[in-house]
Amino acid sequence: MSAANTKIVVRTESLTKYFGDFCAVDAVTFDLPAGEVMGYLGPNGSGKTTTIRMLMGLLLPSAGRAQVLGFDIERASEAIRRRVGYMSQKFALYDELTAWENLVFYAGVYGVRERSNLDAALDRLGLRDVLAERAGELPVGWRQRLALATAIVHRPQLLFLDEPTSGVDPTARRDFWDLIYEFVSEGVTAFVTTHYMDEAEYCNRVGIMSSGKLLAMDTPSALKRNYLPGIAWDVWAEPLLPALSALSSQPGVLRAGLASAHLRVITREDVQNRILSGMLQTAGITGAKIVKAEPSLEDVFLALAGA
Amino acid sequence: MKPLILARNITKTFGETRAVDDLSIQVRPGEIYGLVGPDGAGKTTTMRLLCGALLPDSGDVTVGGHSMRTRADQAREQIGYLSQRFSLYEELTVLENIRFFAEVRGIPRAEWATRSMEILEFVGLADFGSRRAGHLSGGMKQKLGLASALVHRPRVLLLDEPTGGVDPLTRQDFWQLIIRLVTDEGVSVLVSTPYMDEAVRCTYVGFMKAGKIVIEDTPAALRARLAGRILEVRGNPLNELRERALAEPTVEGVQAFGDRLHLRVREGGARAAIRNLQKSAREAKFHIEKIEVTPPSLEDIFIALLETDGETEAVR
Repeated sequence: MSAANTKIVVRTESLTKYFGDFCAVDAVTFDLPAGEVMGYLGPNGSGKTTTIRMLMGLLLPSAGRAQVLGFDIERASEAIRRRVGYMSQKFALYDELTAWENLVFYAGVYGVRERSNLDAALDRLGLRDVLAERAGELPVGWRQRLALATAIVHRPQLLFLDEPTSGVDPTARRDFWDLIYEFVSEGVTAFVTTHYMDEAEYCNRVGIMSSGKLLAMDTPSALKRNYLPGIAWDVWAEPLLPALSALSSQPGVLRAGLASAHLRVITREDVQNRILSGMLQTAGITGAKIVKAEPSLEDVFLALAGA
Repeated sequence: MKPLILARNITKTFGETRAVDDLSIQVRPGEIYGLVGPDGAGKTTTMRLLCGALLPDSGDVTVGGHSMRTRADQAREQIGYLSQRFSLYEELTVLENIRFFAEVRGIPRAEWATRSMEILEFVGLADFGSRRAGHLSGGMKQKLGLASALVHRPRVLLLDEPTGGVDPLTRQDFWQLIIRLVTDEGVSVLVSTPYMDEAVRCTYVGFMKAGKIVIEDTPAALRARLAGRILEVRGNPLNELRERALAEPTVEGVQAFGDRLHLRVREGGARAAIRNLQKSAREAKFHIEKIEVTPPSLEDIFIALLETDGETEAVR
């Protein structure tokens, strides 16, 4: 993936979208090389969906530019849409139609007439046994496969996955990602938006969005290693809520939050164990257990995108 | 302390399907119990049995000391319930919604105003009392849902996949509220979730499979069960590495993430796996950047439980 000659599938340069005075996407610049899974993590309204809609040529940018599969999003949206697939967890499936009818419908939308393409999608996703079932009656895991089938029936080179595994259990999530990795190993590129750290971990690189800005973009491991502006601690102290108050808004403490029976605290680099225990002692709390912790993707996300 | 939620050997059958099979569970004051498991494992049926929406075929549910069979009304008074599809009246204001639930829950009229403001204060909606529920953001709607579930001061809170589709900042706020309730007021919480990043916030986690809780413990103790048996591998190409790892005799399972693999090895098999993989890296077409034993995540445990079908001793 690091090879210099790798094809760039999505390239944005200061991509910007205003709705009235509201800047939904603020000068976003990134490259997405072929065969990569890129995750986009951010709160509601941070600009994830607006970005996807611009990249699919459904919305014109206010400023900046972007190319998708070599096509300019403003001038060649038709060409782009024929070559990309879109799947949303809100599954745009027709509940009243059978699995087969849904697939035929989407094949028609994408202009796919050859039966062999439909067969390939079915076999690929193991959907043969549920063809006659109504989509509305399928379990979530199968609905998800069917939604993916409708998104790949025209053999797209780029897949947009909008919260693809929301609400499914870890095994179904893993099976789903195994399918995605299979497509990716054949050269398909994927762009994924998500709310969940569990899901972001499946991406090769993750971009963190907040208020329209792309704040960071790197591998999950590098984000954890390099983007936490300090040290993560787990603090066990009794009573817990007074301990939280004692540590909150202290100089050097960047964030203190409840994590079930203990506190998760992010401090500046120069804050040491004894400084934290001193803050607690001042509040009359003794005997606290304070342990340095591995930063999680959530720590990084909250540090960058949190208020 | 006596458990506030107590289910003893409950079974529920729908036709041929045993949705909940001889399940026992207890949650004491100040505890959060997380119910995780694949779709169809029986989580939602369990929730419905605990809140009295369904009666078990056999076994008994007791909430706050009241049996769901003989004192269902008293038992239900103890419970607040919030599901992913909680209902709010979009045309009513925030305050009117709260009052409605206060009335349904039989709170005396004289207490409505005080209790409504108190609970809105708690969830951070005090400034939005006169806004229509339909005009709230997703996160605020969820907080209003929580406020409605809490208006009668329940000692037991049942949360059925409460954060589906909710963004990560709002989820963080939501959990801060739940942990506060538990820590400050000794409420018992039972929450079902498909997300491991939520399960780690619970005091106890129970894995459900085919109607049974196959294993339960604290998140830390669960993770300790696979200590020394999860290897993290970085390198490229990852799919070649994965193929090779699967062929390794001590490797039981391979989980691919975006920029690394997790290998689950047999007890005592870590060294051999590391040595063999490094050896083949020198001979073969992949490169290993790093391979080392890593602390198991809850997701590793979950996957191990489901993969070693029927042989959960693997992590017991």
